[in-house]
Amino acid sequence: MLRIENLTVSVSGKEVLTDINLEIKKGERLAVLGPNGSGKTSLLMAVMGFSGYKITRGNIIFKGKQINGLSIDERARLGMGIILQRPPTIRGIRLRQIVDIIKHNDFDTDKEAEGFNLKGFLDRDVNLGFSGGEIKRSELFQLLASSPELSFFDEPESGVDLENIILVGKVMNQILNKNKDNAALIITHTGYIFKYVKADKGCVLLDGKILCFGDPERILEEVTKYGYEGCVTCRGKKMKRKSRVKK
Amino acid sequence: MQGKKNEKEVPGKEVDIKSYKSGAEEKPYMEDLRKISPDQRKNMLSSGVDPSQRGRSGTYIQMDHSVVHSKSLYPGLEVMSITEARKKHKWVDNYFWKILSVDADEFTKQAELQPHQGYFLRAEPGVKAIYPLQACLFINENNIIQNVHNIIIVEEGADVQIITGCATASDVKRGLHIGVSEFFVKKGAKLTFTMIHDWAEDVSVRPRTAALVEEGGTFLSNYICLKPVKNLQMYPKAELVGRGAMARYNSILFAHPGAHLDVGSRVILKSEDSRAEIISRVISGGGDIIARGHLKGEARRIKAHLECRGLMMREEGLIHAIPELEGSIKDIDLSHEAAVGKIAKDEIEYLMARGLSQSEAQVAIVRGFLDTTIMGLPSELQKVVDDAISACEQEAF
Ligand SMILES: Nc1ncnc2c1ncn2[C@@H]1O[C@H](COP(=O)(O)OP(=O)(O)OP(=O)(O)O)[C@@H](O)[C@H]1O
Ligand SMILES: [Mg+2]
Repeated sequence: MLRIENLTVSVSGKEVLTDINLEIKKGERLAVLGPNGSGKTSLLMAVMGFSGYKITRGNIIFKGKQINGLSIDERARLGMGIILQRPPTIRGIRLRQIVDIIKHNDFDTDKEAEGFNLKGFLDRDVNLGFSGGEIKRSELFQLLASSPELSFFDEPESGVDLENIILVGKVMNQILNKNKDNAALIITHTGYIFKYVKADKGCVLLDGKILCFGDPERILEEVTKYGYEGCVTCRGKKMKRKSRVKK
Repeated sequence: MQGKKNEKEVPGKEVDIKSYKSGAEEKPYMEDLRKISPDQRKNMLSSGVDPSQRGRSGTYIQMDHSVVHSKSLYPGLEVMSITEARKKHKWVDNYFWKILSVDADEFTKQAELQPHQGYFLRAEPGVKAIYPLQACLFINENNIIQNVHNIIIVEEGADVQIITGCATASDVKRGLHIGVSEFFVKKGAKLTFTMIHDWAEDVSVRPRTAALVEEGGTFLSNYICLKPVKNLQMYPKAELVGRGAMARYNSILFAHPGAHLDVGSRVILKSEDSRAEIISRVISGGGDIIARGHLKGEARRIKAHLECRGLMMREEGLIHAIPELEGSIKDIDLSHEAAVGKIAKDEIEYLMARGLSQSEAQVAIVRGFLDTTIMGLPSELQKVVDDAISACEQEAF
């Protein structure tokens, strides 16, 4: 569904991603792990087409089509969707208005909001004074309303309390299970979300480069034990072998 | 018009009163408002005045210098021309130039020396009307001057809404409107006043307005000017003279290319526990806007906030926000917030990531920026305002 080839991206003149290669097949979920500042968010923003993330080299291919030059909305309409780590506040635009524009016909805004503990937020300015957890729920709610084929989840569980993680997991599954081909790229630090949403493969991003692919829970285990420093010395040898075998 | 900034700040500088015709053809009184021409009706409607009077408690319509209709449809509400009011009630004279000074400037002087009517609207004590009164000041003849003096009195415990629409006939290009208005909101009374300006490209406008709000009284003033106008300067003032009085000014302005709008609101909080809010949203679509605001706290436990947000849509044009706070006693709470900028890119891109096109996203953001929900407009008036906003959006992008 998504293929990224030799992607190099710079932000304000600084290279933040170098020679990224990855593929997400139909129905597949890729987890991306990496320390703060390693370029995870930049990867999503560049693939989604946000300005300021300049592609200096490489290709982004979505559903067989090279999309490097497409605008954000064109990409969204092709079937990509994102929950942002830090969405902006827009005064005077209520969450309900956005949902009403993007939702599919069968989406019952009020009913779904109820299940999200978001009922009271529908008529508030989007993200204005929302808490960290509320932002996540609002982002997921918008994603559910638009039900994309490929979802980008930027740290869906960060700042979310234990009870609401269950809800977040449920909604992510709801989005992904709408169609068996739906795919996702999930950024996580803690991996808590794996308890509810299974990822098929994982990779480590460090300093703007992908070090290895492998089983996401394995990677997380290693990182917990040895830190990302361990990834540097390991250089992905073990992992790579393993993932090759799997393929 | 495109002179230096400090030149522009001299109010009324660019208006030559003598260059306008002081006489206008006499227009006959119309008992039946269905006789209003389709063109006039259309222009009145877009300023919020509905000649069918559906959902209205009374109507005053003035064309040029003639009162063509004035009638109350609700007991306890008075609607008449200012001349008639002075005849009917001796005491009306006491309200004349009570809170405005006749020699404040050349425009107030002009309004006194050469008066062309104006309206008198009054709610008797305790009268609460569900439907708003409406008043229309219409310029029908090209190149004339229209000087009006309006008096609005909301007696103790009354609660009334007033819609004032100012508009021109479609073939009017040039004109000068001078509107003197004095508002009196008595003890425990409430007035919601909404004024919509729908002038023409070469019309100059000089409202001169003051309000006096007594104990526990509430004065809500909404001002909407989204259509082209050449040159508008006003700085209405409310004085809160009774304990717990409250005033709120909401303004939304759009400056078309070549327009010069110098608009502010001022509240003097003279009594304990009084409150005030001045909120403006201004957009330059190529024209110039000076957005002023002034809060003056003179009594204990007052609380007031001033908020001005400006949006620049083009390379041309100017927004100059001048918020002023003045406190002369401790135990007061005055604050302000001002911001001028373009539409934030991250906001546009956020909406684009949800599938809105760039222009859809811009329209949504501008519409959100000009949020009028706080104005509490009646629904059909809300529609008029929404239509005016849509028309601006066409202009802006
Ligand atoms: N607008 C910008 N200007 C300058 N540097 C930027 C900008 N945006 C991102 N960066 C830099 O790019 C690098 C990657 O940032 P990115 O947000 O992609 O990291 P991340 O992996 O998502 O981190 P985190 O886990 O903290 O969310 C960081 O060093 C960051 O400071
Ligand atoms: Mg990030």
